[in-house]
Amino acid sequence: MLNPKLKLNPKVWNDDVEQVPIRAGFGEGLVKAGEENENVVALCADLTESTKMDKFKTKFPERFIQVGVAEQNLVTVASGLAAMGKIPFCSSYAMFSPGRNWEQIRTTIAYNDRPVVIVGSHAGISVGPDGGTHQAIEDMAIMRTMSNMIVLSPCDAIEARKATIALAKLGKPAYLRLAREKTGIMTTFETPFEIGKSQIFYEPEGIAHVGVIATGALVRNALLAARDLEKKGIKVKVMNLATIKPIDRDGIVALAKETKRIVTIEEHQVMGGMGSAVAEVLAEEFPVPIEFVGVKDVFGQSGTPEQLIEHYGMGRESIKEAIMKILNR
Amino acid sequence: MSITEEKVGEIELKANDIRVSIIEMLMAAGSGHTAGPLGMSDIFATLYFHILKHDPKKPDWAERDRLVLSNGHICPVLYATMAHAGYFPVEELKTLRKFGSRLQGHPHREYLPMVENSSGPLGSGLSQAVGMALADRIDKKDGERMIFCLMSDGEHDEGNTWEGMMLAGKERLRNLIAIVDRNNIQIDGNTEDIMPLEPLIDKWEAFNWHVQEIDGHNIVEIIDAVNRARAVYEKPSVIIARTIPGKGVKEFERDFRWHGNPPGKGPEDKIPKDKQGEVALKELRTLGGKIKSEHQ
Repeated sequence: MLNPKLKLNPKVWNDDVEQVPIRAGFGEGLVKAGEENENVVALCADLTESTKMDKFKTKFPERFIQVGVAEQNLVTVASGLAAMGKIPFCSSYAMFSPGRNWEQIRTTIAYNDRPVVIVGSHAGISVGPDGGTHQAIEDMAIMRTMSNMIVLSPCDAIEARKATIALAKLGKPAYLRLAREKTGIMTTFETPFEIGKSQIFYEPEGIAHVGVIATGALVRNALLAARDLEKKGIKVKVMNLATIKPIDRDGIVALAKETKRIVTIEEHQVMGGMGSAVAEVLAEEFPVPIEFVGVKDVFGQSGTPEQLIEHYGMGRESIKEAIMKILNR
Repeated sequence: MSITEEKVGEIELKANDIRVSIIEMLMAAGSGHTAGPLGMSDIFATLYFHILKHDPKKPDWAERDRLVLSNGHICPVLYATMAHAGYFPVEELKTLRKFGSRLQGHPHREYLPMVENSSGPLGSGLSQAVGMALADRIDKKDGERMIFCLMSDGEHDEGNTWEGMMLAGKERLRNLIAIVDRNNIQIDGNTEDIMPLEPLIDKWEAFNWHVQEIDGHNIVEIIDAVNRARAVYEKPSVIIARTIPGKGVKEFERDFRWHGNPPGKGPEDKIPKDKQGEVALKELRTLGGKIKSEHQ
């Protein structure tokens, strides 16, 4: 069942659950952050509407900076704004920022320790028809290896809204990973959110056989898979890991100690991403078998989000297969 | 802001002290860049001892002008100038590039918070200065202080430089002054052989900047150019400062091979390696601050 303490959305199981793009939650959260603090400013590289920065631009035109299609400039200008006390959010597609401008982020934001939030929208393979050039499946790996950098990957629009507001108050360099597609709403406005804390979204009756750690929109597929399997007597606990860095070591170790088997699920290369981060923790503290669900060392292609998620092995059935596989290892 | 001959003389003496410190610190470090720092000593001395609104005893004074160094590899001149201005002891310069030093091989704000920015990778300083200038405009402080960006000619090879230029022109940032060290050298050779930059003035003008070209070793020209730049209200300003790399040590001057080598490891055809430091210091000390422009 859904963890009652978290006040999750009871409609999450329904096929007609409300679907909202995760990036829309960012857009709303940014307006709220802007209302709360006049030092919040926003920069965009010619993708204002599609990264959902348009609401902020309309409300605070004097605090919005359009840099054009220039992602290196996007983040270096943001660093300068932060040096003068501003809290800049800079948005583009994840493939271009942090994809193209990684060194500028490292030197001028992380190394300088400036509180800039890099917002990478359209992350993951579910960008769909745009094809492989636009599908960022390496971004968590390249950002979590950067010192001083916080990395967040919210699971739905409501969590993205909370993450945005929290990052505006954090005062640290951060990367916020967002997806383009509409995603079933799993959380509610009452669900607690804290940077650095994992949350158990789904708990079976009794001791769980497998611990699933998921991030981003795929948390919903993980929930659906866990419920399907519970009907067959296979007990799966599902964790939403929204903070990739600093990672919740205690939460991950506690789950591994209970289940002795872990499956990680992410819309990202399995190399270097969230699953790798989990494996680093468990290898040191409590080694258990792990199955990694994600993109396996290939580029994406054009297709509908659903086709691509299925094709690259991140759908509900693939997740169930991974869970069965680890049970039989 | 007129300046007396006496004050000019004082600044020239400071520039010479800075050059001596640069040679000494590079010799102690055993690595680092020589030509750029020597070439920029007059500009740094003029900024820190006459132009900048700053207080070495209160480095975090909120109202100070901001100086962004984009080409971090010339940090020996930044460190030496800041030490002579009173930010930290001159003796500390000899820790350059050593383990545990605040004076990292390229500047790091975390170790030395009184520098405005970490730098080293080229081409991103101007954009940071643009961000600072934008912040001051948002806060309606763009009439109260200036944002300076010191940058190299070689880093015009970087696309990020042009992105910053474009945005500053678009935003008409009157509180931004870029000073380009036009010394015509980069690591691999002369700029016009590696990647031609000329006509550089036309390029900056085409990006909607107010452009001046000066002799970067003439204190009065440096001051006058900054004053004219402050008076330009509708555009950002760039001062293209013609400098001589290695300025002050005639055997080092205009030779790109001195870009990335310290005395003791430079080209040997004019001075043997083991004499390079000694000869440089002797030349600088005997000039006694009487360096005058070769462009005059």
